[in-house]
Amino acid sequence: MQELMKARAAALLSEGKVNRVLGWAAGEFVYDVTPTVFESREELERDFVYSPFCGANLSKYLVKEARKEGKILVFLKPCDSFSFAQLVKEHRIPREKVYAVGVECYGKTDATALRSLGITGIVGAAEQYGALTLNTLNGERRVTVAEAMLEKCKSCKTKEHRLCDELLGEEGEPVSDCSRFEEVEKVEAMTPEERFAFFRGELSRCIRCNACRDVCPACTCETCVFDNPASGIAQKAAADPFEENLYHIIRAFHVAGRCTDCGECTRVCPQRIPLHLLNRKFIKDINEFYGPYQAGDDPETPSPLTDWKPDDVEPGSAVRKGGRA
Amino acid sequence: MQKIGVFVCHCGTNIAGTVDVAAVAEALGKLPGVAVAADYPYMCSESGQKMIRDAIREKELGGVVICSCSPRMHEATFRKAAAAEGLNPYLVEIANIREQDSWIHRDRAEATEKAIVLGKAAIEKVKRNAPLTAGESPVVKRALVIGGGIAGIQTALDIAEAGFPVDIVEKEPTIGGKMAQLDKTFPTLDCAACILTPKMVECAQNEKIRIFSYSEVSKVSGFVGNFRVTIRRKARYVDETKCTGCGECTEKCPQKKVPNSFNLGLDNRRAIYIPFAQAVPKVATIDADWCNMLKNGKCGVCAKVCGAGAIDYKQKDTFIEEEYGAIVAATGFRPISLSRYEEYAYGLSRDVVTSLELERLMNAAGPTGGTLLRPSDGKHPHTVVFVQCVGSRCEDGKGKSYCSKICCMYTAKHAMLIREKYPDTEVYVFTIDVRTPGKNFDEFYRRAVEEYGVHYIKGMVGKVLPEPDGSLTVRASDLIANEQLKLSADLVVLAAAVEPDPSARPLATLLTASMDTNDFFTEAHPKLRPVESPTAGVFLSGACQGPKDIPETVAQAGAAAAKVIGLLAKDKLVGNPCVAHSDEMLCNGCSSCEKVCPYGAIHYEEKEFRGPNRTVLKRRVAAVNAAVCQGCGACTVACPSGAMDLHGFSNSQIMAEVDAICR
Repeated sequence: MQELMKARAAALLSEGKVNRVLGWAAGEFVYDVTPTVFESREELERDFVYSPFCGANLSKYLVKEARKEGKILVFLKPCDSFSFAQLVKEHRIPREKVYAVGVECYGKTDATALRSLGITGIVGAAEQYGALTLNTLNGERRVTVAEAMLEKCKSCKTKEHRLCDELLGEEGEPVSDCSRFEEVEKVEAMTPEERFAFFRGELSRCIRCNACRDVCPACTCETCVFDNPASGIAQKAAADPFEENLYHIIRAFHVAGRCTDCGECTRVCPQRIPLHLLNRKFIKDINEFYGPYQAGDDPETPSPLTDWKPDDVEPGSAVRKGGRA
Repeated sequence: MQKIGVFVCHCGTNIAGTVDVAAVAEALGKLPGVAVAADYPYMCSESGQKMIRDAIREKELGGVVICSCSPRMHEATFRKAAAAEGLNPYLVEIANIREQDSWIHRDRAEATEKAIVLGKAAIEKVKRNAPLTAGESPVVKRALVIGGGIAGIQTALDIAEAGFPVDIVEKEPTIGGKMAQLDKTFPTLDCAACILTPKMVECAQNEKIRIFSYSEVSKVSGFVGNFRVTIRRKARYVDETKCTGCGECTEKCPQKKVPNSFNLGLDNRRAIYIPFAQAVPKVATIDADWCNMLKNGKCGVCAKVCGAGAIDYKQKDTFIEEEYGAIVAATGFRPISLSRYEEYAYGLSRDVVTSLELERLMNAAGPTGGTLLRPSDGKHPHTVVFVQCVGSRCEDGKGKSYCSKICCMYTAKHAMLIREKYPDTEVYVFTIDVRTPGKNFDEFYRRAVEEYGVHYIKGMVGKVLPEPDGSLTVRASDLIANEQLKLSADLVVLAAAVEPDPSARPLATLLTASMDTNDFFTEAHPKLRPVESPTAGVFLSGACQGPKDIPETVAQAGAAAAKVIGLLAKDKLVGNPCVAHSDEMLCNGCSSCEKVCPYGAIHYEEKEFRGPNRTVLKRRVAAVNAAVCQGCGACTVACPSGAMDLHGFSNSQIMAEVDAICR
């Protein structure tokens, strides 16, 4: 797959169809893959990778990159393509400036999960038919992809792309047994006190590094409310730990109805806080109140939160439903 | 520090009865920035206003807070007082301590504390107020009336009389509405057609009035004084400009089995039809559901017999776009469906009819030529039973909770007319009670009882059973005699509740006019602004606002016309400066605001901005058309980046108010 992608990118570059390529480059370690813009065939040849560690969603980089001269090629996994479509829908990315190439994905690997399986010193990784072969300093190790999958890939909703110009590899299908709301249901089943304690516990680990915001494809404001001196909350010293936690609640509200559930927030959190739960609760509520809606699914359907229909749920019943234990 | 004046109104005992106004003034007077705080029995009085004006002048106030009634009452009064002293009127804020405090609380201490909190919030808001200047917008001097019943007709005539052009949009092929279907009218018993048709003709002849019959409003944009409306003219397959209304086609059409909707399906008409003899416009219409030519291309008789060459089977719906300064909703009513009232055997027996059907059965132009005959066998009924409140004042959820208002009177009329024409017929009327508030109404009802010998029975009908011999057994209770009754009747007439015409709901959405839970249009104020909708420039006429009889409808139609004339007579409308604006530095250009704006006031521009390192960035940013914006604030909450803000109600002002309340 990696070679196929490299060849296609090189071809499009030399044909002049695109001026730059947005992909992944190897980092210091093999599992340390970094989103990178490639400007020449040589750079591609030297650094481009598509490995089991390419979990990063590249679509957000396009907001800035597509403003530059010329056209940019981007590689999108199925989940990334939803973020891309949502950003196009919000006019954050001019569609004509981007050449989107969909690439197949069967779940990406979490290096931390490998570590907890006792696999360290990884120097190479290859995936085939759901099996992961890892070259380590201590010899070869084999695990299944499922054993060491990223949190976001465990609840993959579809292997089918949105809004791509072409596709490399095979197009997949929606995941029929996607159980991504089960985790939310567990939280919903808690009493309000338990739930409060659960989130206070999880969020107490937050170090406000802003990684979740910086990676989030729905967080593309020109000036973030947390950076805007006029907002009254930027750079504000938290009066107590709960106020610190509000950062995540404000963020969840800001991306509600636009979050595609790409799971990047949880992936990048250095404190391993399950941030996606907050967003996914919103998605579940939207689905239940207004009928199934997937942000980034298509460029036309208005988001239920910024649209009104005569048969919309009444606020009163929404409160009752939302307030259930 | 800004100098703010706080003025607390007693409103007689309305506020002072529950709130310790002196304590409120004292507490607010101690707050930073407050230069003067005082209370007075009636702030809105001349002397109250003088007190405010003197303070503005002497203390050089930069902002004023009035703790009084709702801003809907006296905000304008106090703004004008401030403006007279040279203070920008938008530097005046009202803290509503009457409707939101003294009227809803009993405990004096609590109400006083709340008044202080509301005052604090208003002070924090006024500190952040900016002086604003209102813009102006022109007025299109043309009105649109939606619905061509007696309400719409009267409104249109009155507006045209004042010299303004009016368009009537009517969904049926003719104007006239429900009144055209009535036989006689209470309480004078004059014939409905005799008093309605002259008005219909007047509409057709008036140069200022255009009638778009067989048409519907499909799109509305713009705002008061400048509405832009798209009207869908449904294909009637007849060229209106050529048709002479001779009726030849309606005689020759071979499709004779079409239920006649004008006669409520009591007889049949042809596929091409003119609803009734006095129709305006008198133009034939082809019913596409029944016409053989349109359905399978076999026929074409009407085109052959039409001397004017008016038939056009290829006609399509057309759309016209027109600008209006004011819009009047006059969509009227209809009787409710009785499908849920099986106990009265409606639908089981043809001799159980609604009151509107009875109108047709007694009308000279109706299916029986004006002779009252049973629909089942064409025989004279000798016992007629009227059932009142079928679906009105209903608490079982099947019908309507409200009183339909007209049924008591039209039933008295029906009973009287039947007894007058057919003295051998016994007439029974079952009622919960008889409601006759109206000029000459009670006298009318008493004539029915005393002079015409109609049997009024207080009690309701429980069941109507069709018998094999064709008669109807009516089981009812007589509450006065306290006994169960069993009557054999030939004809049962049900006074079905009225409900708003179903076209009103989608129209309300187009007009952004509000409705109540029964789908009647809501007034801007139930007592003081009864013919205006809360949406500026949209007015209400007739039964679309609530059940009404003809005199009331005509009176309201005239009142709506007066309001329209008052609006159209202006050359310019002063706008509201409390409109949205976008901070281009924060705007992401995401279109969220554009999608929620109900007035189409937001558009996008590609603008150049300075980027880092002397670069130029092009970004898509939102821009607000201040003349179109109504200041609803929907965009400010939809904006994900906080770029949209509302003058006079800015996000920071609202946060400051919340802070002041919570502190």
